[in-house]
Amino acid sequence: MRFVDEYRDPVAARALVRRITDLAGDDHLKFMEVCGGHTHTIYRHGIEHILPSNVELVHGPGCPVCVIPMGRVDDAISVAESPGVIFCSFGDMMRVPGSNGNLLEAKARGADVRFVYSPLDALRIAEENPDREVVFFAIGFETTAPSTAVTLLRAKAKQVMNFRVFCNHVTIVPPIKAILDSPDLRLDGFLGPGHVSTVVGNRPYRFVPAEYGKPLVTTGFEPLDILHGIAMLLEQIRQGRCEVENQYTRIVRDEGNPAALRAMAEVFELRPHFEWRGLGFIAQSALRLRDEFAAFDVEKHHRLPNIRVADPKACQCGEVLKGVIKPWECKVFGTACTPETPIGTCMVSSEGACAAYYNFGRLHREAAVALGTAAG
Amino acid sequence: MCLGIPGQVVEMLDSHEHLARIDVSGVGRVINIGLLEDEDLGCGDWVLIHVGFAMSKIDEEEAALALASLKMMGGIFDEEVEALMTSQSAAEEMPDAVKAWED
Repeated sequence: MRFVDEYRDPVAARALVRRITDLAGDDHLKFMEVCGGHTHTIYRHGIEHILPSNVELVHGPGCPVCVIPMGRVDDAISVAESPGVIFCSFGDMMRVPGSNGNLLEAKARGADVRFVYSPLDALRIAEENPDREVVFFAIGFETTAPSTAVTLLRAKAKQVMNFRVFCNHVTIVPPIKAILDSPDLRLDGFLGPGHVSTVVGNRPYRFVPAEYGKPLVTTGFEPLDILHGIAMLLEQIRQGRCEVENQYTRIVRDEGNPAALRAMAEVFELRPHFEWRGLGFIAQSALRLRDEFAAFDVEKHHRLPNIRVADPKACQCGEVLKGVIKPWECKVFGTACTPETPIGTCMVSSEGACAAYYNFGRLHREAAVALGTAAG
Repeated sequence: MCLGIPGQVVEMLDSHEHLARIDVSGVGRVINIGLLEDEDLGCGDWVLIHVGFAMSKIDEEEAALALASLKMMGGIFDEEVEALMTSQSAAEEMPDAVKAWED
């Protein structure tokens, strides 16, 4: 595992932590990692534990399962329980609670809810069941939206008219803007998302330095990538620079993936506004199908309840998603809310900050020691 | 869902349907490569697969890193790979001769 060792090399990690410590000096600095994949790496490898205490990482809203509001889950269940429907969902969404249970419970009550790996699986089920309405529950940022777009283009070309999409795709830039506009939080920079940026590229983030004066570094998922991204942010601050930089040059290009962007533009348009769990309504932050694809749009065929549902009182996913509190500061974390019986979405998805901390947080010290950088 | 699974292109199958046979941890899967149409993809190239689609062309180094990261995730990785392995749309298509025989 030559390559892997290079990116988990304790000597290199120690050198980077020293550089981070020197650059940070005595200032308390807060950086947000936008992407759930980064949160996972940070807890899995004990990164928070090896950083100097004045360099703080704040977990962002980049977990697509976590940001779906309860009302949308209720809408999904209402569609799933309509007569004749086969409802197809990624596994992650099955256990996300709505106001009256989750999709697994709807299945137990008799709804035909099926787990799929890909939207193409749902299209195939539609082709095999021409007398049933087959609905794909589309969620995710720009990482998964192009796949839904291509699947819809195929459905249209093949005239699979019993295939429908319940579109909940969201876009990465508006929540970053919402967080920057939020008075709750003072941030000094961002670790930009990895996989989303393979699609959208680095250009959409230029407003972060240009309009808000904060640096952003698109960063990979290895522990050394994260440390390197933090060091690059600090270097910008110390050198008086403020720009979008790319640490994850192994995959991310400035222009992103043009074919994926073309497919998305052909199929989707921006919604005027969309509700995000914890962040509320954000203008032009989500995608819906263009009129040319109305025949495939669940929202044009079903009367959805479309009722806004407040999160359970005890649940603080909203504050966790905005980075205002850490997972373990939530009152129900690890007691009433666990991955087995989640109350909030952040505990459901493997990329949710709460699930990542629950699964790996206690390994902090061991992981940090393995990386050879734990202090003391 | 957001996890990218690395795989290596073994055979270009159908340029019209944008399909390729891709080796994922030693198992052949049929994956849509339409989103990499600008990339001049060929046999031996590595890709990162998201929900049944090759989303980025990567090099061998990134493939090794992605796989190692996924393996560290344990159960979550197993679920994602299991989902890909049981995906009907990614099942290897039967040669026409076999289809004819089954009919």
